[in-house]
Amino acid sequence: MKVVVDQDKCVSSGQCVLNASDVFDQRDDDGVVLLLNDSPNSEQAVNVRNAAAACPALAIDIEE
Amino acid sequence: MSETLTVNGSGVTADVPEYPMDRDARCPFAPPPQMLKMNETKPLSRVKIWDGSTPWLITGHAVARELFADPRVSVDDRLEGFPHWNEHMLSTVNKRPRSVFTSDAEEHTRFRRMLSKPFTFRRVEALRPVIQEVTDECIDAILQGPQPADLVAKLALPVPTRVISDMLGVPYSDHEFFQEHANAGLARYAAADAMQKGAFSLHKYLVNLVEEKQANPSEDAVSDLAERVTAGEISVKEAAQLGTGLLIAGHETTANMIGIGILALLENPEQAALLRDSDDPKFIANAVEELMRFLSIIQTGQRRIATEDIEIGGETIRAGEGIIIDLAPANWDGAAYSEPDKLDLGRDVGQQLGFGYGRHQCVGQQLARAEMQIVFPTLLKRIPTLKLAIPFGDVPFKHDRLAFGVYELPVTW
Repeated sequence: MKVVVDQDKCVSSGQCVLNASDVFDQRDDDGVVLLLNDSPNSEQAVNVRNAAAACPALAIDIEE
Repeated sequence: MSETLTVNGSGVTADVPEYPMDRDARCPFAPPPQMLKMNETKPLSRVKIWDGSTPWLITGHAVARELFADPRVSVDDRLEGFPHWNEHMLSTVNKRPRSVFTSDAEEHTRFRRMLSKPFTFRRVEALRPVIQEVTDECIDAILQGPQPADLVAKLALPVPTRVISDMLGVPYSDHEFFQEHANAGLARYAAADAMQKGAFSLHKYLVNLVEEKQANPSEDAVSDLAERVTAGEISVKEAAQLGTGLLIAGHETTANMIGIGILALLENPEQAALLRDSDDPKFIANAVEELMRFLSIIQTGQRRIATEDIEIGGETIRAGEGIIIDLAPANWDGAAYSEPDKLDLGRDVGQQLGFGYGRHQCVGQQLARAEMQIVFPTLLKRIPTLKLAIPFGDVPFKHDRLAFGVYELPVTW
């Protein structure tokens, strides 16, 4: 799994960190998404898919 | 009530029901039955609003999610055809400064990012001990006080008000003034002029607070806004408007959700027992999402306007047509949730829409979640014999407010 985030689209909802805090974080200043790991392992994959589905700005893309 | 009229000049004649719609007083937790019925046939239909226009009402979960995320759907309330809440909102549209609620695209992103700092997941996580302490203090006072106790006045309102005051950086000495004015508009029989006066003094207070924080900044949300004013990014008035927005959205909504959430738990004692007996943070988190889905307290719809033609759900929404996305029927859509009329804290609640969706999804959602995840289980654990002190039918519901809830919740134990 390969993860790409779009910081321009991000609206700082925090849904990604809520769902997968070991893969995503937020910039302290404005809450914009930070990608901690662009190649999550199979155990993290379910949470990353939930994060992408929950992102209100559609700012997370997953390539399987 | 419905009447026959010609819609959108196309010569199509249809029965167009009026919006907003009423809940059934016998089932106050349920969305208005007429909307649920409409959603059985189509996920979107035309409704007639106060000015006689016929915007689209979105009732289906999938269509709601899609439109919330569609860049062709705008919140710009200055556009011709925007489905305003009422005449007052239309007549003042050019007097209100632009805000996070009424701007699109880059302008919206700019406002949104100014507000986001205190609400990141990790910042809110760090606030949990404070929220727990405030909650415990309120419950201590309830247990030491007389019975029956009104949980709205003694728990549902003070917890989010105190937390948001701290976040905004309202000095402790002003808490009383602040709470009084912030809650002035929430009273059951508040007259329109009292609400306007309350809003005005609050705005004036925020203007002063912004100026004070410009001179003496500290670690809080108003200081963040004041910094932007000093940097010339926004005006003092805009900063005060953003601060007022945070305040109102930050405590009124959560307060209503806590009040009516407790009532829903008291009416579903087997579900309340599951929450009381659980120490699993995942179950507690899911339970809060389910309460959000079940209750969808934001009434009167999220107002939008199409900026291009949009084909969706078998219909075409034309550019310039109004769109009203109502969260309650979408959260009770049988296509998204089985037995949606059941409060089931253990269900896979998936993408509930209680916080909205898309670019304008609630800025304070992580804070609201943390507050509810702490307040509901703490109350149930500390007062396990809690029960309603009046018949269910006598509970005063806020049928007439932007946020649904209860005016009072008298309980004994």
